[in-house]
Amino acid sequence: MTKPVILDCRNVWKLYGPQADIFLKTNSDPSSADLTAANLIGAVRAVNVQIQQSEIFVIMGLSGSGKSTLVRCLSRLVESTAGEIRFEGKDLLSASDEELIQIRRKKMGMVFQQFALLPHLTVLENAAFPLDVQGIDKKTREARALEVVELVGLKGREGYFPRELSGGQQQRVGIARSLAAEPEIWFLDEPFSALDPLIRREMQDEFLRLQNILHKTIVFITHDFDEAIRLADRIAVMKDGIIEQVATPEELVLQPATDYVAEFTRHVSRAKVIRAASVMEPMNGDSFAGEVAHDAVIEAIADHVEASDLPHRVMEGEKPVGQISRRAVIDVLVGRR
Amino acid sequence: MTARLLRSGTLFWTVLFAVTWVLSSYSFQLYKAFDARWIVRFPKKWQLPLEDRISDFLDWLVEDASFHFFSFRDLTRAIAALIEAPYQVLRNVLIEGFSSGYGDTAVQIAPSLSWLAVIVTIMAVGHYARDWFLSVLVGVCFLYLAVFGQWESAMITLASVLIAVPIGVIGGLLLGIFAYRARWFERLIQPVLDLMQTVPVFAYLVPILILFGFGPVAALVATVIYAMPPMVRITIVALKTVPKEIVEAGMMAGCRKRQMMWKVLVPSAIPTLMVGVNQVIMLTLNMVIIASMIGAGGLGFDVLASLRRLDIGGGIEAGLGIVVMAIALDRASQAFADRSARHPLDGNLLQRHPWSGTVVLVIGATLILGQFVPAVQTYPDALTITTGPFWSDAMKWINVNFFDTFEAIKTVILQWLLLPVKKFFTGIPWAWGIIATGLMAWRVGGWKIGLLAALLMTFIATSGLWPKAMVTIYLCGVSVLIATLIGIPLGIWAAESPRAGRVILGLMDTLQTLPSFVYLIPVVMLFRVGDFSAMIAVILYALAPAVRYAAHGLKEVPPALIEAGLMSGCTRRQLLMRIKLPLATPQLYLGLNQTIMLALSMLVITALVGTRDLGQEVYIALTKANAGQGIVAGLSVAFIAIITDRIINALAAGQRDRLGI
Repeated sequence: MTKPVILDCRNVWKLYGPQADIFLKTNSDPSSADLTAANLIGAVRAVNVQIQQSEIFVIMGLSGSGKSTLVRCLSRLVESTAGEIRFEGKDLLSASDEELIQIRRKKMGMVFQQFALLPHLTVLENAAFPLDVQGIDKKTREARALEVVELVGLKGREGYFPRELSGGQQQRVGIARSLAAEPEIWFLDEPFSALDPLIRREMQDEFLRLQNILHKTIVFITHDFDEAIRLADRIAVMKDGIIEQVATPEELVLQPATDYVAEFTRHVSRAKVIRAASVMEPMNGDSFAGEVAHDAVIEAIADHVEASDLPHRVMEGEKPVGQISRRAVIDVLVGRR
Repeated sequence: MTARLLRSGTLFWTVLFAVTWVLSSYSFQLYKAFDARWIVRFPKKWQLPLEDRISDFLDWLVEDASFHFFSFRDLTRAIAALIEAPYQVLRNVLIEGFSSGYGDTAVQIAPSLSWLAVIVTIMAVGHYARDWFLSVLVGVCFLYLAVFGQWESAMITLASVLIAVPIGVIGGLLLGIFAYRARWFERLIQPVLDLMQTVPVFAYLVPILILFGFGPVAALVATVIYAMPPMVRITIVALKTVPKEIVEAGMMAGCRKRQMMWKVLVPSAIPTLMVGVNQVIMLTLNMVIIASMIGAGGLGFDVLASLRRLDIGGGIEAGLGIVVMAIALDRASQAFADRSARHPLDGNLLQRHPWSGTVVLVIGATLILGQFVPAVQTYPDALTITTGPFWSDAMKWINVNFFDTFEAIKTVILQWLLLPVKKFFTGIPWAWGIIATGLMAWRVGGWKIGLLAALLMTFIATSGLWPKAMVTIYLCGVSVLIATLIGIPLGIWAAESPRAGRVILGLMDTLQTLPSFVYLIPVVMLFRVGDFSAMIAVILYALAPAVRYAAHGLKEVPPALIEAGLMSGCTRRQLLMRIKLPLATPQLYLGLNQTIMLALSMLVITALVGTRDLGQEVYIALTKANAGQGIVAGLSVAFIAIITDRIINALAAGQRDRLGI
């Protein structure tokens, strides 16, 4: 059940350094050593990603891995050195300045790590800013801004200035602003990295709640693997400008494509990732203690499965597809698989 | 062995100094021995006729230059008219009132703003900018002007400030924006800004005088030219330091270029831009007295006139008037810089704008009341207090009782410090001077800076200004030396003891608010004219940066390093000498650099008290309206400033490299 691809990015390169474009024309696939020899820095190298409608696509990597540059290539805040990016079927890289302005006004929203709020505007005015830029009249844009401010839970604080808000609240304003123009695709560049761990968790929940309402197509950047597996439908792991693997959180843990990914996933709490369907066994009886969904993560079902002597039935919709026993759950919990 | 000696710094500097000293001491004997007069004097026939060329060019510009449709003269007249019109309106509002008709038939239509209305307005501005405290402060400052009989002059000065500041701010902002957008323009304008900040004002007074004639317009033009460069610089920096993410947020919102500039960049940069506005205001006030040399009236003219009459009391009184106004405008504009947007108030029109309402009411009320009660309109003369005689008497008393003490101090310093140094510098043969400067600059900053230094010194020599330039260097050197010797310990003290720091840094803030001219008044009164008086005035004026940068540098030392020092068992003294001071050296160099720049700018003004240096040359040019002479001498001062600036920056950069900062 593949969904339509909204943002299609093929063989995208971003090199920093002297005459990067000429270099890339003569060397179609340079190695790290080639780049160093030519005094170039490969921020994004030969990246292929297809972002599907309404999915949360997380780009995960440590600092310097090129993830922020990649998301800026996707929104054309940074011009790619080479490659092809198609947004809703149209070539984004050849869009004129005017077309780009229109695309950004109507179809793209972005949230920034340091919030990037305008210090001289109130919460409401900040949220209304993208509409103000489009020339929408004050009444209409403030009505719409009020909607998004309420949506992110800041009702009653419309008249505050950013400096009067906590970090979490400021980022809520950032989110409200990015949603004001009802974008098709939503870029979030490490939106919660600047927040305290507790607030971060709260904001992640908030984010999932919003996505349940909005069903946006999302590109989410993070350096925090736990955050990635909590939020992602699919994760792209990036290192030195190269995408090492694109997969669901579960696949990353169970079938890491490279040593780097394996190293990353080794210490992940597997119960949070592995789903019932991956560890179930064929049904061999008809007495069950209860039912669990096939895509439930083990962490969520561990408690009752472990508490009963009988296995639980694993259901895909109305259809039973297997059974899961105490033993299988404990295997996952203690890391035997 | 020899190679190591050559590389060693000590040897280089010792040899350089020794050779210079020998040549300086025996230059006269050398000239006699070889019968070569060129050794001590730059040959007349090698001099470049730059002065005449520049003067001729200006004459041509004024007399003959034409751009097909209009002549250059029309252009300057148009500019003059553009400035004159709003200036005249402001004068009418603040001083003269509006009238129709001319001469005896003139009928007054509306009077000027009453003194009460002006004070209430400025208090409203103070309260709007910060709080009641500031409001009262600026109110008291302006009340001072009324009570001490400076009102009319002060309003003339205020009118020119109110014209010069907006032009300077908006012009600077636009140039800065253009430089931010177009890299080629930034590259073009940077050296011009460098030069503008180092060329003494006197140098461009003459061309302005020739182009615009004597009067308030010429004074305003000069003021704007003097006050605008920092605004351009600060605008460029302010726009460049807007966080990258904010710019990206603007782009993602779909801003066009213009929306980006005016809705995102400029508003985000406002706190920094306000620092620039404050600078423009302070520089404008600094120019008040100098501008009165080419026709600005007001407080500046009063000071200048008193100084020329040697009327101590009058000079101090008008000088204090400028100081008071500077303090009021400085504090108010600084408050604006710190002020962040506030929430609008609720209620009806008057409740939402309490201050604008009050101001309008007071203006209206005094307008009507002033027709019947003159004291409301103009502050009654009978109630003014003059402190003039008090200051005169005080000076007289000091001079009578302490004359011998002052004289003794003066003589000792002249005898043992000023004269020997002067002899050393003026004795250096010009050819060796060029080589030595080049060598110094090369040693510190590489061959490019060395070559630049030598070339600029050659320019000074070929303009025939070598002897005067040496006097400038000697006076500047001695003053900077003393200012540093006083300033750095004060800065250390300020950094080490928070209580002393508040007092010292507060004092330095105030010293920096004073227009440079003001320093001359008491100094001349106490020590009369001459090099010594000039030196004292320069030290006072240039002290502040030495103190500030030292204090700042010490405070900036990373706390982790201080903790490391404490845990190694350092005493306070060891902590200061071994950790804080070495790490603060780059900052100390920057302070030294600023001190030298301020000293040079002050030195030109001290020409008024009879130094025989480049400043005097510029001043003479001004009185003779000789544009060429003024510009060449002014450029010479600027070149000395540029050479020292490059050398010291190279020193600071070297030090930073060594410390790995």
